[in-house]
Amino acid sequence: MNAITQIQDDSWTVAGRTFRSRLIVGTGKYKSFEQNAAAVEASGAELVTVAVRRVNIADPNQPMLTDFIDPKKIVYLPNTAGCFTAEDAIRTLRLAREAGGWTLVKLEVLGEAKTLYPDMLETLRACEILSKEGFEPMVYCADDPIAAKRLENAGAVAIMPLGAPIGSGLGLQNEVMIRIMVENSAVPVLVDAGVGTASDAAVAMELGCDGVLMNTAIAEAKDPIMMAGAMRMAVESGRLAYRAGRMGKRRYADPSSPLAGLI
Amino acid sequence: MEDTLSISVNGQHRRVAAGISVADLALELGLEPTRVAVERNLEIVARSTLGDVKVEDGDDYEIVTFVGGG
Repeated sequence: MNAITQIQDDSWTVAGRTFRSRLIVGTGKYKSFEQNAAAVEASGAELVTVAVRRVNIADPNQPMLTDFIDPKKIVYLPNTAGCFTAEDAIRTLRLAREAGGWTLVKLEVLGEAKTLYPDMLETLRACEILSKEGFEPMVYCADDPIAAKRLENAGAVAIMPLGAPIGSGLGLQNEVMIRIMVENSAVPVLVDAGVGTASDAAVAMELGCDGVLMNTAIAEAKDPIMMAGAMRMAVESGRLAYRAGRMGKRRYADPSSPLAGLI
Repeated sequence: MEDTLSISVNGQHRRVAAGISVADLALELGLEPTRVAVERNLEIVARSTLGDVKVEDGDDYEIVTFVGGG
């Protein structure tokens, strides 16, 4: 069994839906719809996040995202980016459900614009209401295992802690907390935000995360399509390394060649 | 002005003919009703009823769709 087979045999399930790809990509910040679609293809992602915004009434014939990324082939995960209260997020997702006809959504309620750090009180309140209304929220959250457990009890179908501020590309700043959240969670845990390059995605997967969600790391790369391919391989490599079980760490050297028979 | 209604769509004032449905409104705006979601006075208008719900004077509409986002 080679690595490719081992990757193909692997899958994860969120709210009863099974995916092979563990990479979720955003669809913002691309230079064009064509580049965006090519990056999604190269990433191998089966889930993409999308935003809900007013239609352009001044020019209704402008091309639309759905013309380039087919929602019948790629699952759209509507987000609540830009929402700072539970009410705004709930209103946005009710519209998203009507526009798309599905209940799997990404909930994020932001606390302030500078850090885009989640407001966990509002997030929890929104999660409770949304799950009662039949939504299946995957929830952007702080790297707080206790808050994550509360979200899980409130109906979150996935826990998505930030690894670093949204769009910062700083890489995971909180490996210990992410690992604890993975160990404690009964629902999938995905790092959402903070990944800057391929090794960051691999780190998230090596910690045991079920997946990684990213946008800027791909969209703002000099070659987004090549970076999408790099991220795909990094997520797959990190996942295989996690499953393989890494060696223990030693404080000093341990020779790889036998000492016996040394001339 | 008796035959026209004063409404708001995505924050912009508009006048439309009296008696039209929400589906008619979307088409008048050049929108494909199956590709958008409509909120009327803060209540979702189910897509299946867009053709049945009549536009009324003073209505406030938000019409949204999916765009790129992270």
